[in-house]
Amino acid sequence: MSEEGTQEVHEAAHESHHADDHHGDHHHEESFFMKYLWSTDHKMIAMQYLFTGMFMALIGGFFSYAFRMQLAFPGAHVPGFGTVTSGEYNALVTNHGTIMIFWVAMPVLIAAFGNYLIPLMIGCDDMVFPRINRLSYQVFLLSAIVLIASFFVPGGGFGGAWTAYPPLSSTAEYNLTPLGSTLWVIAVALEFVAFLLGGINFITTAMNSRAPGMKAFDMPIVVWMIVIASILFMCSVGPLIAGAAMLVFDQQIGTFFFDHARGGDPILWQHLFWFFGHPEVYVVLLPALGIVAEIITVFSRKKLFGYKTVLYTTFATGILSFFVWAHHQFIAGIDPRMANIFTVTTLLISVPIAELLFVYIATLYKGSIRLTTPMLWALSFIAEFLIGGVTGIFLGASGADIYFHDTYFVLAHFHYTFFPIAIIGVYAGVTFWFPKMFGRMMNDTLGKIHFWGTIIPFNLIFIPLFFLGGWGQHRRIYNFQHYPELAGADFQQLRVLATVSLLVMLGFQFVFFFNFFISLIKGKKAGPNPWKSNTLEWTTPSPPGHGNWAELPNCYRGPYEYSVPDREDDYWPQNEPA
Amino acid sequence: MIEQYVASLSSYSGDIDFVIILIGVLVGFWLLLAEGIFFGFIFKYRAKDGVKAGYVTGEEKEYTRPITWAHSLVLLCDVAIVYFAVIIWVDVKQNLPEADATVNVIGQQWAWTFEHPGPDGEIDTEDDIRLVDELHLEVGKTYHYKLSSNDVLHSFSIPVFRLKQDAIPGRTITGWFKPTGTGAHDIQCAEICGIGHGMMGARVIIEDAETHAAWVQSHSTPMLADNSPEQGTTDEDR
Repeated sequence: MSEEGTQEVHEAAHESHHADDHHGDHHHEESFFMKYLWSTDHKMIAMQYLFTGMFMALIGGFFSYAFRMQLAFPGAHVPGFGTVTSGEYNALVTNHGTIMIFWVAMPVLIAAFGNYLIPLMIGCDDMVFPRINRLSYQVFLLSAIVLIASFFVPGGGFGGAWTAYPPLSSTAEYNLTPLGSTLWVIAVALEFVAFLLGGINFITTAMNSRAPGMKAFDMPIVVWMIVIASILFMCSVGPLIAGAAMLVFDQQIGTFFFDHARGGDPILWQHLFWFFGHPEVYVVLLPALGIVAEIITVFSRKKLFGYKTVLYTTFATGILSFFVWAHHQFIAGIDPRMANIFTVTTLLISVPIAELLFVYIATLYKGSIRLTTPMLWALSFIAEFLIGGVTGIFLGASGADIYFHDTYFVLAHFHYTFFPIAIIGVYAGVTFWFPKMFGRMMNDTLGKIHFWGTIIPFNLIFIPLFFLGGWGQHRRIYNFQHYPELAGADFQQLRVLATVSLLVMLGFQFVFFFNFFISLIKGKKAGPNPWKSNTLEWTTPSPPGHGNWAELPNCYRGPYEYSVPDREDDYWPQNEPA
Repeated sequence: MIEQYVASLSSYSGDIDFVIILIGVLVGFWLLLAEGIFFGFIFKYRAKDGVKAGYVTGEEKEYTRPITWAHSLVLLCDVAIVYFAVIIWVDVKQNLPEADATVNVIGQQWAWTFEHPGPDGEIDTEDDIRLVDELHLEVGKTYHYKLSSNDVLHSFSIPVFRLKQDAIPGRTITGWFKPTGTGAHDIQCAEICGIGHGMMGARVIIEDAETHAAWVQSHSTPMLADNSPEQGTTDEDR
């Protein structure tokens, strides 16, 4: 034991020397293990998050395929899965939601882009706490393994919806997944720990390590957005981590935090969950909005319309997001008078969000717009998110929510906000920064085929679901043939349309994967700044080496000085002296 | 619009539809306006050779004014929506009009149990009519429902009434509805409640006064009612 301990200390000491060695010899060869699996380089950690997130997206996508097939063709054999029982159906929808939010949107949008972009965009060599950063990914990987393990334990994966309302989630005799539900909660809690560790880094690095001359309001919007998102996450996640611990205790130790018969309260969980859950929407929305801001300014050669307006509205949104959570619980048995207050706060949040979207649209005004693949993604984000935003008003208004709550209308609204965030935002970011990440250009033609092959079916999946929801179809029901009013042929045709569109959309994702990997090998060399962008990450070679710059850059101006009058070039990099 | 697909059969379902239509019109206007300007800009300001983009910081008065106007108008629309939404909310969920009758609704994995007043017209008496998955109502009467759950959360949803309320174990939640038309319609469970959630449907059967009275008669057990003080004997007789 003591010998082992000494060994560990020894290794740790060696490790610490290694971790801080940025400016030493940039060319020394690291072992495969040190370089790809045990790295403290923010770019490598970003790649780890990106590829883990993409892998989890495949699982989440496969789950959606399985349950959509069951809905369109109830009871039929689903190729690659088998018949979907009601228990499996619940586990599929539960874990589809959990994976897509916590293991795709969060790791890719915040962790991958945050890790990759923050040091490069503010002009420093790495995160301020590189080893905390590495630990963050390792905890995240562990959480993903725990979640995947939960599908294979006796009883199967947890099937109580991603919101995990007790008593269903807390009592094995009700959910029938004694182990799956505990592993699910543990995985989610571990994932939160990972993002707390990552968030510490993002905030501290952006505060302390900016290039000389870069003031806070010279930071690119996406850096601001990731920092604000990290702050929102840190402020909101505490109650839910406590809630998760209470839930695990209820499940396994025999406490009764959520059991009414022993002095607990099932509604307590809902407050803890949604106090986190609503800010969480903005935690993933903000990085996507930041990515879109970077892309639309570059490809319309325009200064961002009202940089400070964007930031102030984002602050307002962030603060307001802590006062709207109970709009998820209007009819959940809370005091009905509370709904009036939360209707007001919820609708109030539409003002800053609308303002943000107006400002983005105004950025296009008098632009010189080039419709490259990243620009198509960024523009489609605005077009689709507008639909997601306005349909939320129906649900935030208490009177209308009585009818729409827990119907497919909610589901369609949610996906019209979340698909732009988690899928469109990610594709926009990956296609935009791919040249920087890997030094090669992606194929634009394949990129556009993939874009249209994703965006058209996406609308055809979810527009029918708005109608089904409007006609009173509720969520998480594995077979609508049990309901005489929902079993009609016209309803079923809409369900089949949504499922077929999903199949088409999933099929087109292979175009992306093909493009991604073929471009890695055969893509045109990108050079340091293929998009003629201003921000600092484009002033270093692609891909950047360990330590990012041979000599760290200085900053002389804001990030969006495009098409400045009386200059020959239509861009003006931040590091170029006046 | 909604009532073409889902009948509107309670005293407040029309009001809820009105709020939905009102929101649809208001947000539809903003959606079309924003998308119209958005696509207009994309078409108008496509890159042309030799044409440089304009330099607009977004802090100029001439450009901030339209945005300020737009967001003030959004706020105004919000006020209108909140006003109507809260009025209907208060009517459905906060106010409790005098009831003509009361029904008990009990959710459990995975069925709904409904307790109707028997011939005596009172709930929680010996002659209550207890049915699984069938709720019988008389048109034009105001009902209170007392909603409870035996195990996990359920949600009592009658789309034709535009009514939904979660059922919580350990609590009894009282609400109301007043059917305005006859027919048989779906009741759904709207809160996931385990592996049988997808089958936890029921039917609401709204009848005119005569049919309903006949139904009450045919389902009452007069002997049970008559012998109610001596419950022991009745049990043996059965």
